[in-house]
Amino acid sequence: MAAKTDMIRLQNITKVYPIGKRELTVLKGITLNITQGEMVAIMGASGSGKTTLLNLLGCLDKPTSGTYCFEGKEVNGLTGEELARIRGQKIGFIFQTFNLLSRITALANVELGMTYAGGVNHERAKEALARVGLTARANHRPIELSGGEQQRVAIARAMVKNPALLLADEPTGQLDSQSGADIISVLKEMHAERNITLLVVTHDINIARNCQRIIHIKDGEVVTEEDL
Amino acid sequence: MKKRLKDIRIIWSTVWLGISTHKLRSFLTMLGIVIGVASVIVLMSIGNGSKENILNRIGSLGVNLVTVSPGAVSFGGVRGMPSQTSTLTLEDAEAISELPYVNTVAASYSSSMQLIASGNNMYGSVNGVTTDYLKVNNLNISSGRTFTEFEYNQGAAVAILGTNVKETLFPDTDPLQQQLRMGNIILTVIGVLSSEGDSFGSADNSILVPLTTMQQTVAQPRTANGGHGVSTISLEIADQSYADVVNDEITSLLRIRHEISANGEDDFSISSMAELVETVSETANTLTLLLGAVAAISLLVGGIGVMNIMLVSVLERTREIGIRKALGARDRDIWTQFLTEAAILTLAGGIIGVIFGCVVSIIVSHVAAINTLISPAIIIMAVSVSVAIGLFFGFYPAWNASRLDPIEALRSE
Repeated sequence: MAAKTDMIRLQNITKVYPIGKRELTVLKGITLNITQGEMVAIMGASGSGKTTLLNLLGCLDKPTSGTYCFEGKEVNGLTGEELARIRGQKIGFIFQTFNLLSRITALANVELGMTYAGGVNHERAKEALARVGLTARANHRPIELSGGEQQRVAIARAMVKNPALLLADEPTGQLDSQSGADIISVLKEMHAERNITLLVVTHDINIARNCQRIIHIKDGEVVTEEDL
Repeated sequence: MKKRLKDIRIIWSTVWLGISTHKLRSFLTMLGIVIGVASVIVLMSIGNGSKENILNRIGSLGVNLVTVSPGAVSFGGVRGMPSQTSTLTLEDAEAISELPYVNTVAASYSSSMQLIASGNNMYGSVNGVTTDYLKVNNLNISSGRTFTEFEYNQGAAVAILGTNVKETLFPDTDPLQQQLRMGNIILTVIGVLSSEGDSFGSADNSILVPLTTMQQTVAQPRTANGGHGVSTISLEIADQSYADVVNDEITSLLRIRHEISANGEDDFSISSMAELVETVSETANTLTLLLGAVAAISLLVGGIGVMNIMLVSVLERTREIGIRKALGARDRDIWTQFLTEAAILTLAGGIIGVIFGCVVSIIVSHVAAINTLISPAIIIMAVSVSVAIGLFFGFYPAWNASRLDPIEALRSE
């Protein structure tokens, strides 16, 4: 097995949003490392800054100060275009609200995940959908699917390009407990199979317990880290 | 190269997704352009068709034709009406025929007279003409023949009828070799002219006789120096481009012959078909341009419609843009997507507009009996202008879309 290297290294990361004339400091110097292949939960109350942290990790946003190394490469100074390339090729997102395009089929949504990652491959999209057990639903639109099914389409969309890092923001937040448990087990399987690094933001301790490590965040700072 | 091709395929599939999943909106975007392009095509084709029509009619009279007619003469400060007096003479015509670039010259003297044949009678215009008159004025004989040099010299009593005269005097019979009374002489019909249609100066309502024959019947005015007065001198020049040169030469020649002092006014006037053609073409071009401008405004309005709908589209698809960005779309991917979408919609609108416009202009030419002329240049222009409109008016919405912050965009409903 490959040597365990740091996939993510955060050094004293801060994020400040200007709100009118005042400034709102959302992240107050976060330092943490995440090893390649780890499955980590980030927990915290709403407003604690965990979503902001996830956006920074996902290269959707840039920190105000501090350094962020992704796979050993510093990300801070990169242009929007280079960040987009990292998002497209290395990072998969799963959102609380699924964020599927409502007018196209499940399969087309999965293919959308490949559009900016080197090109669409029909067969691979079908395989990805089959992997989450939705072959029969391939030609249904999101509106015709249950919440759990929609989230599984979203997982297929994120996984179809074989990302190195999978970021899930409250993936079960809008699901009933049964579908939520299904989603978590799908995510765990994916993690085990593909040896990807998986970060789950949640405030559900039962979900967090499935991970190898839990990072607690409060008011923009890391409070505790516990290994399970 | 292969990567390029792949990029194009990705852009195409993305754009097609945008268009096909928003059919009504796409249709509305195209509609403005369709109507704009179609009206450009229809109006321009009507404009060009009318111009062609007028020029053809003029062309049937002969574009190399130059006509000299008597002008106004002043007697002691009282200016007479033009054409009432005869200042031109047969001798003038002979002198003009010696000028360079002049191919053929004909003179005619016309008068209105009563014509009687087998119980029918009418007032018609009688033209006493020289032998080359038919050639110069582009007149054709539909049956029979024209008079010969010999007949002309003899002052033979022969006549060639215009179609309307033939219909009135010989409605059911073949007029050839029939008798026709004009004033105090009996003419024999030797030919009938082809119909000219209702164009100006049409010979349909007149009969042609040798000028020498006419001189025997009608007392023609003599000018002061004893010349034989004629109503018009018409000449065919070698090429219409010589019209100005010939015009100047005739002017100086006639001024000398008519002994007009340096500051005196011309007692004749010269008009050439080339001049007329030019004037008419200019007028027709202005008209076509005006029609085109009106249509171009509707195209512009269509373009603004494109921008309008694209802006709404960007707003409505904010979340889609956020999702695409999260999935790795660069700003310029989004920009390309929306710009291409606008360009393809307007291109399609342009093509549909061209087809629609062509169909309408063909229908117009059949139903309304207006000539229409669709030139390929207009089609190419209309299509490229509509794509340019798409690019121009799609630019701002696409730029707006590309600059959206992905986090904000994902949060929008």
